Amino acid sequence: MNEGGGPLTRRRLMQAVGLIGGTAALYNMMTVFGHAAETRFDGPPNLSGARKGTRVMVLGAGLAGMLAAYELRKAGYEVKILEYQKRAGGRAWSLYGGDRFTEMGGATQEVRFAKGNYLNPGPWRIPHHHRTLLHYCKAFGVALEPFIQLNHNTYIHSTEAFGGAPQRYRALAADFNGNIAELLGKAMNQQALDAPLTAEDLDRLKEALRSWGLLDADMRYRSGPRASRARGWALPPGGGVDGAPKPSEVLPFDEVLKSGIWGSLAFFMNHEFQTTMFQPVGGMQKIGDAFARQVEGLVIHEAKVTRLMQDAGGVTATYTDLATGTEKTHRADFCVCTIPLSVLSQIETNLSEKKTAAIQAVPYNASVKIGLEMRRRFWEQDYEIFGGHSFTNQEIGLISYPNSGFFSDGPAVLLGAFANGAAGYRLGGLSPEARIEAALAQGEVFHPDSYRKEFLSGASVAWSRAPWVLGCCARWNEDTRREHYQTLVALEDRIVLAGEHASYVGCWMEGALLSSLDAITRLHKRALEA
Amino acid sequence: MRGWFVAGAALAALAIGVRGAGADEPGPGGLRPIAPRTGAEVYQVYCQVCHMAGGEGAAGAGAFPALARNARLATSAYPIYMIARGKGAMPSFEELSDEQLAELVSYLRTHFGNAYPEPVTAAEVHALRESLKP
Repeated sequence: MNEGGGPLTRRRLMQAVGLIGGTAALYNMMTVFGHAAETRFDGPPNLSGARKGTRVMVLGAGLAGMLAAYELRKAGYEVKILEYQKRAGGRAWSLYGGDRFTEMGGATQEVRFAKGNYLNPGPWRIPHHHRTLLHYCKAFGVALEPFIQLNHNTYIHSTEAFGGAPQRYRALAADFNGNIAELLGKAMNQQALDAPLTAEDLDRLKEALRSWGLLDADMRYRSGPRASRARGWALPPGGGVDGAPKPSEVLPFDEVLKSGIWGSLAFFMNHEFQTTMFQPVGGMQKIGDAFARQVEGLVIHEAKVTRLMQDAGGVTATYTDLATGTEKTHRADFCVCTIPLSVLSQIETNLSEKKTAAIQAVPYNASVKIGLEMRRRFWEQDYEIFGGHSFTNQEIGLISYPNSGFFSDGPAVLLGAFANGAAGYRLGGLSPEARIEAALAQGEVFHPDSYRKEFLSGASVAWSRAPWVLGCCARWNEDTRREHYQTLVALEDRIVLAGEHASYVGCWMEGALLSSLDAITRLHKRALEA
Repeated sequence: MRGWFVAGAALAALAIGVRGAGADEPGPGGLRPIAPRTGAEVYQVYCQVCHMAGGEGAAGAGAFPALARNARLATSAYPIYMIARGKGAMPSFEELSDEQLAELVSYLRTHFGNAYPEPVTAAEVHALRESLKP
């Protein structure tokens, strides 16, 4: 850690924390020093003075498009939305029993979940600091409930550790912290950490390590009551004559390291994944529905845009009416285009070469989600797990337990996979039936006695095959941001782009909304100059 | 399928540590590496999600082009370039080794109604990738 051999400064200590805990731990330290900020929202936009009769077309009835339409109409514009799908809401979507979903390639799934159960294929959790989304959820009457993000009683599984046996998160977390604390304590004793940390600083650090790492008086992390209070007991405390607890045994540190637990510790420190988080009561579709109610009558559904052209006097969209197969055009003075780049990059436009290059420059993620309906809540009844995620290094990535309806009888839906990267490609490339089988085969490692036995039916969405978006969300990197981002978001005469892809809060609903508000504010200014 | 996984948790773990655990990454503990070897295996893991099992492509609001009976595959540099660089929503598959990419392109050129039997070598892939570096 102290490679240079020089004195350990605060900066070096932070570097050490970064090495041990990963970038998220370092990030967390930075937030302590006030370097990290919340997302930005100053309230609804003030679009006063709109000229009567000015027409705006919005392309896409997802959250970005519907918010643009809502605010622009409120400001006095004449607004229409063209939407490819029969439904509004975009990726703010849920699959319920009775729904039918046909993916690209033609595979069709009939969802057979019980009434009230659902899968959120896309967004599923809302950080407490995504204030734009929270504002409009309140304004549009969307009931929110807690999303159980961190549950210490869930499992961590790795094929590379403990012979493939899952371990409770709380035990791994305590054992990881304890061992790190002990190691740092040893380093202190060997004077590896010396000035310019003062003697008082070192005393504080020592006390911190003892307290945080649950070390004993000799600065050792050992099995016993102290560790058991965090990692759990072999026999928990009880009442009466046999009430005395039995401590649990700490796990071998080499296996703890192999489990990848530090990845989960860092994950939960990420600002976007910190508690408290929320979800809409009844599924993410409720957010899509609530926005759709605000723009009722403005949406032209089943409109597949094939061409987008602007001239000195306005903007013309050519689209196929999918219900009749006929080609139509729609004309307006201005356009807010929220079509995902995966689709927009295939639509003919007369946008500038630079803008077109930016639209072409951003690849999309291939996430896969799989919902599994189980006959009963065995994770609650047999494992005392109420919400939260159990993680694995298998393709499914995790299983996640429902956040509502605790203690109820009857079927409930687990999230059986949230696959990304190579795993997302592979699971997405399977048939829907084969995806379910993969989810059962990998997920049963957590609950071997009940997983297959209680399974009723499943549904999956491979985002690459979602016909209206062809991917999950935009995947920027530092290079593409530098080269293309400003070009992408710039107003080009009468057309402005919006959506999560036109934000720095990528893949989140908040990004779609912040992008939309920024886009219409600039478009309004442009319209007043016209 | 199981045979494609190789023990390499330490390596995967390292990769996650560098990138951090974002919304669009594998689970926070990392993903057990998936290591397809043959062209068919690489195709099944990485390609058929969009280009479909028979290489026929698919259409929705936009389209995934068909690789079946695709005359552009006659020039091996074309598929190598597309896979190495990506296009539009299609990412660049930097995680594929030169060998994997060569196997894949050789497979595409001899399946799905394509008949360009001259195999593509890892050296060719490597050279083309090098030429793309800025």
